[in-house]
Amino acid sequence: MKKLIMALTIAASFAVAGAAHAQEKLKVGFIYIGPPGDFGWTYQHDQGRKELEKALGDKVETTFLENVPEGADAERSIERLARAGNKLIFTTSFGYMDATIKVAQKFPDVKFEHATGYKTADNVAVYNSRFYEGRYVQGVIAAKMSKTGVAGYIGSFPIPEVVEGINAFMLGAQSVNPNFKIKVIWANSWFDPAKEADAAKALVDQGVDIITQHTDSTAPMQVAAERKIKAFGQASDMIKFGPETQLTSIVDNWGPYYIERAKAVLDGSWKSHNVFEGMHEGLVVMAPYTNMPDDVKKLAEETQAKITSGELKPFTGPIKKQDGSDWLKAGETADDKTILSMNFYVAGVDDKLPQ
Amino acid sequence: MTMFEAILLTVATAATPLLIAALGELVVERSGVLNLGVEGMMVMGAVAGFAVAQTTGSAWLGMFAAILAGAAFSLLFGFLTLTLVTNQVATGLALTLLGLGASAMIGESFVGLPGVKMASLYIPGLSDLPYAGKFLFGQDPIFYISILLTIGVVWFLFKTRAGLTLRAVGDNHISAHALGVPVVRIRYLAVLFGGACAGLAGGQLSLVYVPQWVENMTAGRGWIALALVVFASWRPWRILAGAYLFGAVSIGQLHAQALGIGIPSQFMSSLPYLATIVVLVLISRNKRLTLMNTPASLGKPFVPDR
Repeated sequence: MKKLIMALTIAASFAVAGAAHAQEKLKVGFIYIGPPGDFGWTYQHDQGRKELEKALGDKVETTFLENVPEGADAERSIERLARAGNKLIFTTSFGYMDATIKVAQKFPDVKFEHATGYKTADNVAVYNSRFYEGRYVQGVIAAKMSKTGVAGYIGSFPIPEVVEGINAFMLGAQSVNPNFKIKVIWANSWFDPAKEADAAKALVDQGVDIITQHTDSTAPMQVAAERKIKAFGQASDMIKFGPETQLTSIVDNWGPYYIERAKAVLDGSWKSHNVFEGMHEGLVVMAPYTNMPDDVKKLAEETQAKITSGELKPFTGPIKKQDGSDWLKAGETADDKTILSMNFYVAGVDDKLPQ
Repeated sequence: MTMFEAILLTVATAATPLLIAALGELVVERSGVLNLGVEGMMVMGAVAGFAVAQTTGSAWLGMFAAILAGAAFSLLFGFLTLTLVTNQVATGLALTLLGLGASAMIGESFVGLPGVKMASLYIPGLSDLPYAGKFLFGQDPIFYISILLTIGVVWFLFKTRAGLTLRAVGDNHISAHALGVPVVRIRYLAVLFGGACAGLAGGQLSLVYVPQWVENMTAGRGWIALALVVFASWRPWRILAGAYLFGAVSIGQLHAQALGIGIPSQFMSSLPYLATIVVLVLISRNKRLTLMNTPASLGKPFVPDR
């Protein structure tokens, strides 16, 4: 009997120690819009999560929910993570914005981080990446490389993040060729490889010879490779899908941010904020410049260097809006608020923006 | 190649997986079984097809594996619903969820690998004919299989004794049973056929349409196939029409967008669904005929001894 009691005591003390240990661990949750294997947007967030685990070791424990639709499901999923004891939750798509805010009100002691949105609260921070800086570089390359002077752009949804990209791409291209044109197709989906492939085929059939995408699968890259034209990757380095096709790719590098924020929660210095970081901070990285002549590569590298140093800001006037009205006067630069809520095209974009 | 032909080819590629999967489900439902697991079987076909093709380097072996995977997966559904008489709706939904999860697990090591694309047909002279040469004589083999399959299903269902028996089972399994027809065995075969078709459709996706493997790459096509069966009021030719209409409108709207027509893209994206439903409902508005074609025992459990 004594032995049994002793064994129980030891077991119990272990259990208590275990629980105490578990409490020290910061549980970090992630909500993904797609599967981590999409080789695009979600893949990069998952890479960031893995970097976080690697950097902080047993101080953190991460979980993720994948393929969470933006809508009623999102709220449920976020709440599930909060109830499961996650103290820091990253919601990694624009459409989770309202759901994140709602759940955050119910769990004031949980810290939330919403990617690419604009609504903050005491326990909701917003982080965003200046992808458009990469798009500007792509536009410069596209205008140099295209023979037809028309690029195809596959968009997901007409939200500021995507519109920003289209405008920056256009401005970059216009800096080389003022008559450059882009054709835009909205897939109305973030991830549907077959539909993205169809959109790419439609664009090639209509005479574009460069494709860029703001959707998450590698299908457009594959179509471009098949039709022997050039393309830009999205969110991750897609060179494997188009060794002779990819010019470069914007690589989202979330790892450092995730590590910094988890550390902040651990040492108690976490505060809500709204950050917008780009090439300068290392959040936007360009994949190697490939499949282009040296002079284009040189120009691309120079442009990237200028953006990184802050010498060049893509949204600097004079810029006219699509309808011909003035947006920015010569030398004037757009402020972050305008950039983050961009809902208009700049002059030269050959598409009507869905409202 | 003219623009018209280029569009036609893209439409055929988009319509083929829907057509094949829907034909399979049509036969299943005609036998009185409702299998909502099309999406799951399709995605299993896609992953198996890609994995085998990638390993062996042969797209045909891959396609064969896709068919087998779809059929094997449907057998699980058959065992649960036909032998253990579980609820068909719940089991079918579970099959879809299981398929999406299992395929992601199986396919994990194949993500990001270059795929094997099934070669298109090329007949010197014929394939180069202007306007429709490539459409008629220069497509991938699965396109031709899908057309043959449509003809085959029509012939089987309406011109053979076995087809008549299958429809009898779907209409009234108690009478069929009383006549000595092996209801459960016929339903097993129908479910297997449906699984094989869904698998083939999945193989088309990962070996012809987009030669790569990514999780969840079916992106809801199994559900569209299911809907096609109902809106086509269980008739094979209407499924063909519906699948091509859906394909044509979805490709057409992309071209319209690229031309910059200025109609909101959200509306354009919903157009394929809208157009297909409207057209199929219109051609199926004859109530008597629709009732005649609806399998009366659809989804009802059958236990021989009761």
